[in-house]
Amino acid sequence: MINKLLGGLVPFIAALAAFACGAIMLVALGANPFVGLEAIFDGAFGSGDRIAVTAVRATPLILVGAGITIAFRTNVINIGGESQIIAGALLATVTALALPDLPAVVLIPLIIVAGAVGGGILGAIPGALKAYASVNEILSTIMLNLMMVQFMNYLLRGPLIDPYELQAGTRIPQTQRLSDNAALPSLAGDTRLHLGVLIAVLAAGVAYVILWRTPIGFRLRAVGHSPKAARAAGINVKRNITLALTISGSLAGIAGAILVFGSEGQRMVTDGSATGFTSSAGFNGIVAALFGGLHPLWTVPSAFLFGALLTGATQLQRVLQVPSSLAVAMNGLIVIFVISSSRVRSWLDKTLSDSKLFNKQDDADSSHEEMSQTNG
Amino acid sequence: MGDFFTTSVLVATAASAVRLATPYLLAALGETIGQRSGVLNLGVDGVMMLSAFFAYWTVLETGNMWLGVLVALLVGLMMGVLYGVITVFFEATQGISGIGIFIFGLGFSDLLFRQQVGTPKPIRRLPNIDIPLLSDIPYIGEPLFQRNLMTYAAFALVPVTMIVLNKTTFGLNIRSVGENPQAADSLGVSVERTRFSAIMIGNAFAGLAGAALVLQLGIFQPHLTQGMGFIAVALVYFGAWKPLGVMGGALLFGLVNAVVLQWKALGIIPVSISDLAGMAPAVVTIIALVLLARRVNAPAALTKPFVRS
Repeated sequence: MINKLLGGLVPFIAALAAFACGAIMLVALGANPFVGLEAIFDGAFGSGDRIAVTAVRATPLILVGAGITIAFRTNVINIGGESQIIAGALLATVTALALPDLPAVVLIPLIIVAGAVGGGILGAIPGALKAYASVNEILSTIMLNLMMVQFMNYLLRGPLIDPYELQAGTRIPQTQRLSDNAALPSLAGDTRLHLGVLIAVLAAGVAYVILWRTPIGFRLRAVGHSPKAARAAGINVKRNITLALTISGSLAGIAGAILVFGSEGQRMVTDGSATGFTSSAGFNGIVAALFGGLHPLWTVPSAFLFGALLTGATQLQRVLQVPSSLAVAMNGLIVIFVISSSRVRSWLDKTLSDSKLFNKQDDADSSHEEMSQTNG
Repeated sequence: MGDFFTTSVLVATAASAVRLATPYLLAALGETIGQRSGVLNLGVDGVMMLSAFFAYWTVLETGNMWLGVLVALLVGLMMGVLYGVITVFFEATQGISGIGIFIFGLGFSDLLFRQQVGTPKPIRRLPNIDIPLLSDIPYIGEPLFQRNLMTYAAFALVPVTMIVLNKTTFGLNIRSVGENPQAADSLGVSVERTRFSAIMIGNAFAGLAGAALVLQLGIFQPHLTQGMGFIAVALVYFGAWKPLGVMGGALLFGLVNAVVLQWKALGIIPVSISDLAGMAPAVVTIIALVLLARRVNAPAALTKPFVRS
């Protein structure tokens, strides 16, 4: 029992360590870490509105994170969340531009599907390249991230730019205001909590069901455990690798659609930088998934925590004038600490007990190792 | 297009290709050493951003360029210690821990830049130093022998890396722990120490790459590298884990970037599609990966943590 508790605590110890580093950074920047922590907490949970914003910030992380879970459990590392979010957002945007007059009950499902298709394509490409041409998917997904940012900038500065921006000569890279029929309706009065949040939570549930309650998920996990054994059992390894990245990409693509149609401006907008549209959700989703022990359902609370960190960091910037990128730096540290702690966990495992305690976590670890081996 | 094929423009393009290849080359050489020891470091981009910021900040505050390079080197070494500890001692999954380093570098350099500098101010750029006689050779004099010291250093490190990897005991150790750590271990080679050293060297190179990048540009902005560090990792595959191949790859990428810049300047690529042209390096990388994926042999133990059984 104690062991189980300790195992579950590992991610929190990692988070505490990251927060300690965050506090050191705050001190180094001349800010009071306690005031900083209070600002983060207040910014994230201080009012109903802020909790709603936190949930909205968590939404893309839930979706990307759930997708990451599926990819990682199949032995595939998907670093392409950024490109998949962008592709989903672009396809959803184009759909809404083409069919603005459809009623909301049709248009909203349609843009979500468009997002999934866009992201799915950007997942299928590296998936197929890995499966059929032995191209390392880490590198190909990263290259696709770089490409899609430029492609988005091209579209938003050119073909898709708001005609008003051209007239006024301001040339902000953004689309016109998209059809109100596609706007994700609010779930709670006039807070920003919108349908997208619910969609994300449901999608995480679907990801869980796919992974553990369907033959598809069984095959994916079999490939993740041992491609050789899976092949011997008659499972088409290549097709499943492609499938895993496609599903993973679709979920990220839905996040892209939600980012556009859950936004206050109801349009797709960027600032020309790599993270201008996505706010690094493609990377932060990886953090959320790892923190959630690569379990789709645990990704939900985990993403909520990171959403809180991101929302809180905005408040931190207001109160202490500490740039909100502190949250990004801390996210990096959390990845480092969590990923290092699997070793710590195995020490705990070895020294405290001879039984296999952390089954699910162990799955994740072994799939990591397998993954590393096939990546060479 | 006719404007491009004039001697002066071609020579200028070649010169900027060599200059632009410098950060790629430094980062990819370092990554080669790390990967030959069996360690994939995906954090190069993050290390480059951090070291570029610190080099920039140092030069901004002190005006001393070489102090900036030294500071960048130290930042690289510190990140090397961090990555070494998590990879060698904690046996972290390298693909992910590197992404952690990248995210940290991205966030921390952004944080420091906004907090300490705010608005980008230009700094002095690395001056070009003409090598006597050689720099007067027509056509190749300017691209090859009128470069800055960081460029000369980067290209000088190619043969140095080759010799170290292929002709020294240390290099033999690196290669053996990258191919078969169990065998190396049984022969008394410390896998941990060798990999740790390789990681330190690799990150030091990444630090220098960051310094070269920012000192050649003369300005810093958040997310300065735009994925160069990741392309450097791909260059190692591209160059089949050999310093000379990596150098060829770095030059190719320098050339792609230089041609895109030149074509934009000449209006061959209109402004309206300049973003599309910016996709070129990543597109070339993917094509290269597809063409080369099956033809090269990675170090056998790449990304495998060593556990003494």
